[in-house]
Amino acid sequence: MRPMTIAGLAVLGLLIVLPFGLKGYGIYILSLWIVYSIAAMGLNLTLGYAGQVSLAQAAFLGIGAYTTALLMKAGYPFFVGFGLSAGICFGVGLILGYPALRVQHHFLAFVTLGFNALVWLVFRNEEWLTGGTYGLMGFSRPSFFGVSTNNPVVFYFFSLALFLLLAFVLWWIVRSPWGRAFQALRENPIRANSLGVDVRRMTLLAFAIGSAYGGMAGSLFAPLVEFIDPQSFMLDTSLMLLLMVIVGGSGHFFGPILGALLVILLPEWLRFTEGLYLIIYASLVIVLLAVCPSGLLGLYERTAAAVRARSSDRRESAGGSAP
Amino acid sequence: MAEFFQLLVSGLATGSIYALAAVGFTLLWQASKVINFAQGEFVMLPAFFILIGTQVLGWNFIVALLFALICTLVLLGYFFKRVIIDPMLPHGVLPIVIATIALGIVMRDSVKEFYSAEAQPFPAVFSEETVSVFGAVISVQDIAILITSLAAITLLQVFLTRTRTGRCMQATAQNRAVAEILGVNVKRMILYTFLINAALALMASVLISPIYLAKFSNGQSIGLIAFIAAIVGGFNQVRGALVGGLLIGVIDNLSAAYISAEYRTAFPLILLIIIILVRPQGLLGTAEERTV
Amino acid sequence: MNSASGNVLRVRGISKSFGGVHAVNDVSFDVQEGEVLGLIGPNGSGKSTLFDCILGQLTPDTGEVYVGGEAVAGKRPCDLNKLGIARTFQMLQVFPEMTVLENIILAGQEHHGGMLSRLFGKRDAGLTEEADEMIAFFRLSHLRDQRAGSLSYGQQKLLDVAMAFMAGPRLVMLDEPAGGVNLTMLESLKEHLKVFNEERGATFVVIEHNMEFVMALCSRILVLSNGAIIAEGTPEEIRNDPDVIEAYLGA
Repeated sequence: MRPMTIAGLAVLGLLIVLPFGLKGYGIYILSLWIVYSIAAMGLNLTLGYAGQVSLAQAAFLGIGAYTTALLMKAGYPFFVGFGLSAGICFGVGLILGYPALRVQHHFLAFVTLGFNALVWLVFRNEEWLTGGTYGLMGFSRPSFFGVSTNNPVVFYFFSLALFLLLAFVLWWIVRSPWGRAFQALRENPIRANSLGVDVRRMTLLAFAIGSAYGGMAGSLFAPLVEFIDPQSFMLDTSLMLLLMVIVGGSGHFFGPILGALLVILLPEWLRFTEGLYLIIYASLVIVLLAVCPSGLLGLYERTAAAVRARSSDRRESAGGSAP
Repeated sequence: MAEFFQLLVSGLATGSIYALAAVGFTLLWQASKVINFAQGEFVMLPAFFILIGTQVLGWNFIVALLFALICTLVLLGYFFKRVIIDPMLPHGVLPIVIATIALGIVMRDSVKEFYSAEAQPFPAVFSEETVSVFGAVISVQDIAILITSLAAITLLQVFLTRTRTGRCMQATAQNRAVAEILGVNVKRMILYTFLINAALALMASVLISPIYLAKFSNGQSIGLIAFIAAIVGGFNQVRGALVGGLLIGVIDNLSAAYISAEYRTAFPLILLIIIILVRPQGLLGTAEERTV
Repeated sequence: MNSASGNVLRVRGISKSFGGVHAVNDVSFDVQEGEVLGLIGPNGSGKSTLFDCILGQLTPDTGEVYVGGEAVAGKRPCDLNKLGIARTFQMLQVFPEMTVLENIILAGQEHHGGMLSRLFGKRDAGLTEEADEMIAFFRLSHLRDQRAGSLSYGQQKLLDVAMAFMAGPRLVMLDEPAGGVNLTMLESLKEHLKVFNEERGATFVVIEHNMEFVMALCSRILVLSNGAIIAEGTPEEIRNDPDVIEAYLGA
């Protein structure tokens, strides 16, 4: 845990300094990473901690983005949209959690996948509300106390602040008895139930909180990209978010943040390969999963444990050989 | 009424192709608990093997078909199992879900990048004439597709229930440990399953490509519909997948014509969600023991 | 809270069948405050199914269950646990990725405060001290911060039982606590249960195949065969009951 804290502080320092050394596009990518990290963190609570498979996180990203964009177009301040996005997604997530009480694993994956596809159809078809395939634009970035976030660096810091706040809240949740109950749900729901954990309530909450994070991420996504259309919230995005959680290490607090970094940056680095980039990218994902199915932090943990074990072996054998 | 009949027949025809993909999907699930999220791409790709044969190499259709069969069995059967599934199987459901999704992307973009991003015309296997039955215009191709797919699935069912190898495969699917004790070569049976899945994919590809043209992005919708068909029919049943496929084909066609073309894809999804919630074992399926 | 009769648990006419097979057939019994009731019977005689019906894991076809005089039909396992009934399962059930301490705290946390206090309150729900005592009582202190999954089978079994006690239950239902546990571990388990019964007044229902264990621990024994109670009595009486011998040895 100690080295983790130090690493965390170092990364935070870097995040504060970094935008001043980056051009516009770099700052945009960094902001995008923060937004996706929020959505992936939420999914990590649902999937990584509570063990409930969801392929619908992009739908919540979309609900949040459209809610915020529509409200801002209607002249409401950003935080009204932000709060409402969180609230609506919490509620919808609660409903989406009900299937999880009946079915598990792959069936749940399909239900949530179906849900995502349905929400996407609504975004695409209800033109009067969402603008259909033409999307929505013409909403400005929010401003606070007279400071507009139109400047990319300002918007970046605004996102970073929200991200840190939300990360703290999530950290608090997973470290509280709730977090323990979520983990119990993942590891053995029947035993948890017999020990007084209200499995039904905790399952629904895991979905609702995770979805609310998706909604809040979407709420930031809209003013960041300044144009939203249904394409951004297809199943592919849900899979990308799932990938972030798995690649980073599901059930590890920093896993999805690291995963998001990789998933966002890799395509940028592979850009020079032009048309091949998705092929290389997907192949890398397969290789990565074959090598470390528990994700990067899982790999780190295993290696650290192995190193510890080896050094303690050495100590023991050294002690044994001593007279 | 005539229109309804036309829609019904063409729905059954496309539905029977979905059923081919769904049956393969179901077999894989039974034999090795693999959910292949690239199943749609498995149906998309073989058409391009044939096109490589006929257009790039200038072979006639039959030779190209044989070439495609070999490519499909080796790549989508053998290598898929050995390279992707085998290493990840011990690590649970999620790595395989993501790996097969990634595999689908690799296949899709490879076709787009190395062959063509445009939809390719594909030679029809059957006559494209139409006949009139009681005032309804029925395509001969639709009828032929329906008969071919049904025949293939029936043959498969006979193989699985009547031959020794087929029964060994079923034993493997039902209880691997017991099958092993009984002396069944479990590993080989699972390989057979992967090969059969690949062959079914090729067949579906040959049948569907003349209708929808061969395009790199075809797999996405086919894959989703194959899942839905498999689940709706019953995940642990070959005939369940058949019924599911036909049902989805018909529902898709009828709802597009009579309810809403815009929400066409929504109806199978809604059916999927209802089925999973009300009858998770599927219409024809038997309840599987739920693990804790 | 307890009814005047001193019955912690009353079971009346429980039946449960699976596809025409009567797993449990019209079973009634009472559990008195402070007793250790043994539930024995050949394999497949319906013991675990009976447990599941009483504890809300399965819904019985007919019959009533009363806890301290209150009918508990339709209550979920977590509700029953909050009413003071704890259980273990036949198959070992700990949370392998959590530490021993976390396992024990989890077992107690749902009994302290409301939902919100569990979110905003202390991380350990104020239970660390109590959990440490429990861990020490079961002599697992040296393993306190180990992953439960890394413990030996016997140690996990002790942890499993310890979790059942954590919420201070008025009735503990143990499903084959001695199964697969080696002899030394078995002795210590027996001692621990005795202490809980004699010094802390805990009430038990124990399913067990190990006769020696049952005879040493239980004050009263029920014998189940083919889903029905065929004998009831003290260990001495059961030992000499011809019906029981018949049920175990006969066809």
